[in-house]
Amino acid sequence: MENAASQSYLNSHTSPKWTTGFMSWFMSTDHKRIGIMYAFAMFSFFFAAVLLGFLMKLQKMYPASSGWEIIPVEMYGSFFTLHAIIMIFLFIVPGAPAVLGNFFLPLQIGAKDVAFPRVNLLSFWLYLLGAIMAVTGVLLGGADTGWTFTPPYSINTKTISIFGIAFDSISWMLTAAFILGWGTILTGINFIVTIHRMRTKGMGYFKMPLFTWSIYATSWLQVLATPVVGITLLMIVIERIVPVGFFDPAKGGDPVLFQHLFWIYSHPAVYIMILPSMGLVSEIIPTNSQKPIFGYKSIAIASCSIAGVGYLIWAHHMFTTGMSDFAAILFSFLTFFVAIPTAIKVFNWTATLYKGSIALTPAMLFALAFIFNFSIGGLTGMFLGSLSTDIHLHDTDFIVAHFHYTMFGGAAFGLIGGVFHYFSKMSGKMYSIKWAKIGWGFMFIGFNSLYFPMLLLGYYGMPRRYHTYPDIPIFNQLQMISTVGSWILVTGVIIVLWVWLHGLFRGKQTTEQNPWNSSTLEWQTATPPTLFNFEEELEITRDPYDYEAFRGEVKAGTSIGADHV
Amino acid sequence: MSELAHPIEHHHDEEGTRLGFWLFLYTELFLFAAFFLVYAVYRSSHLEDFKLAAESLNTGIGAVNTVILLTSSLTMVLSLDALKKGAIKAAKVLLMVTIALGAAFLVIKSFEWGAKFEHHLFLQTAKGIAAGHGSPLLTPGEEMLPVGQVLFYGLYFIMTGTHALHIIIGGIWMLVVLFWMSKGSINQEKPGVLERCGLYWHLVDVIWIFLFPLYYLVA
Repeated sequence: MENAASQSYLNSHTSPKWTTGFMSWFMSTDHKRIGIMYAFAMFSFFFAAVLLGFLMKLQKMYPASSGWEIIPVEMYGSFFTLHAIIMIFLFIVPGAPAVLGNFFLPLQIGAKDVAFPRVNLLSFWLYLLGAIMAVTGVLLGGADTGWTFTPPYSINTKTISIFGIAFDSISWMLTAAFILGWGTILTGINFIVTIHRMRTKGMGYFKMPLFTWSIYATSWLQVLATPVVGITLLMIVIERIVPVGFFDPAKGGDPVLFQHLFWIYSHPAVYIMILPSMGLVSEIIPTNSQKPIFGYKSIAIASCSIAGVGYLIWAHHMFTTGMSDFAAILFSFLTFFVAIPTAIKVFNWTATLYKGSIALTPAMLFALAFIFNFSIGGLTGMFLGSLSTDIHLHDTDFIVAHFHYTMFGGAAFGLIGGVFHYFSKMSGKMYSIKWAKIGWGFMFIGFNSLYFPMLLLGYYGMPRRYHTYPDIPIFNQLQMISTVGSWILVTGVIIVLWVWLHGLFRGKQTTEQNPWNSSTLEWQTATPPTLFNFEEELEITRDPYDYEAFRGEVKAGTSIGADHV
Repeated sequence: MSELAHPIEHHHDEEGTRLGFWLFLYTELFLFAAFFLVYAVYRSSHLEDFKLAAESLNTGIGAVNTVILLTSSLTMVLSLDALKKGAIKAAKVLLMVTIALGAAFLVIKSFEWGAKFEHHLFLQTAKGIAAGHGSPLLTPGEEMLPVGQVLFYGLYFIMTGTHALHIIIGGIWMLVVLFWMSKGSINQEKPGVLERCGLYWHLVDVIWIFLFPLYYLVA
């Protein structure tokens, strides 16, 4: 009989002896199992929130005068709050680090696990607890404060009482966000220590794959920024319970101070969302071009400078709050500054494609869509970073379209592409490549026809968060295109999720170790990986994306390439 | 299905754990940093009220508590030093003294809080809750504190309260460490847990060193 450590992680585990089946996952400290559990939880929440978004777009199909009403006005507020809370706190902030970071960070640096496996499991439990609290909170009491919880609205809003019990769902959800925050902080600490202490022999910092670099930058942001928002949200809870006016102007508080404290976290948080997906794109593109990535070091350093500068530009969310002109100019300048490392990355990716041998795998299609969507998202961000245009575009659909281009068209497309890239390594099964490409087609077309009209709508003055709109021809036409786009997009999302589930349960069994012929370390192990990842001690001698050397190794038989090469 | 012991949990990396713990301490510090920022902003916008309210705090009691906490930090370091030299018994006694000092701090603090409750804020708080969220503090005709002073007391209670919560967590942790020291799993060769417990305790101490002047001394 084989040694248990050389079996696939799906069949052997490190959980307590009495656990079997579900519990052997739920109690597992194995980074791979934790990553898979995050994936199931997160994509379920993602799908639920997509459906909320679908309903909201349906509501916007016809103007108010037509009498069209799918969602009553009070519920609309609760819907977009819930949509945002699920998408932000439960899906895209834990996002790629929780799913693919957990699974592939140790594999990419040749470690057996993360530095603190038990703390890693605790992070997952905190995530689940926070998620359950947030969702039950909204379902029981409703909350239409928006995900930003801006006072004094979030302090004065009364919540619905259900079954005659006064249930303060807003405090409940704020507490949930606090708990979720601690889950993220612990994950961040865990990854930083893992990267510092557990790289295998020969893996210097500039021999790490770029996904690891992006996780490293993200983890620092998580640790540096999250505590501030945690305590700020708790202050709102306290303010709702006892009559101290931290942020309520009627009681001497300063609501703008809240916005500063909130965005000090929540702006860096957008880089927490996007950086890991940029890392995934940096993995997918060289693999599918069979070429070293252009400007490896500049991408690694760009990740860190995005994190660094991204920490200092929060107040560009607040240009209309009446803060001083000097501060506004400074924050506007820094906002433009952060575009530089971002653009460096985009140019590096496109330069990598040049003269590459491009394979349009599903992962590659999502990575290319990422570059396209993210460029639109980033450039519209420049409109908003300019003080004068921001005054015009503030709180319109333009903003909504802008951050969906970065967060959905960017971060989520990157994450989905990453899952397609790594699917067979994680599960030992292969999905239907044809259907994956069809799903991509629907998502890409649907996404752009949903959000591009919203850029125009915002420019023509359609405010965000509104339940309906007046009967103006340009509004009617654009809203109609946007709503139809949402149908195409939802179809695409359903196809993609179905491709994954079908692949998982009905897919072809595969043990092919390196199906895309990638040169990085995580592919040089069994599919699915064995319990402690690598059978023997590794020593790294070459750069992660040195395809020339990699092809030599494959010929010499020291590395594993794809079977068909 | 088969089970295995986890390799990471068996090959313990002391330096990595220390790095992780320092990062954790950083997050604790930033948690309080947000409070200090709010304090600074409202102190500048309600300067007179903050001065008046600060005068009602008893500097003597605050000073006694400061001395108690500083002494407890000293006994903590001595305990770690004794453990590293192999004097387990001395280490245990010194740790018990640290716990006792922490408890003494909490007792004094609770008396101070109790007096404040009777004085101003508790009444208003209770009325605020009874009347529902966002309602005016007091019924018409009743005397009301200026908003600046309410802010001062609110921040005072929440910051010292969060600090006291940390003292309680530190105390519980020390009790656990004491238990493990008796069982022998924390010893001369493996002092790591006591060391981290000590770091945490010093952090709590450092935060108090900033709270004390901000609330008691700059009246």
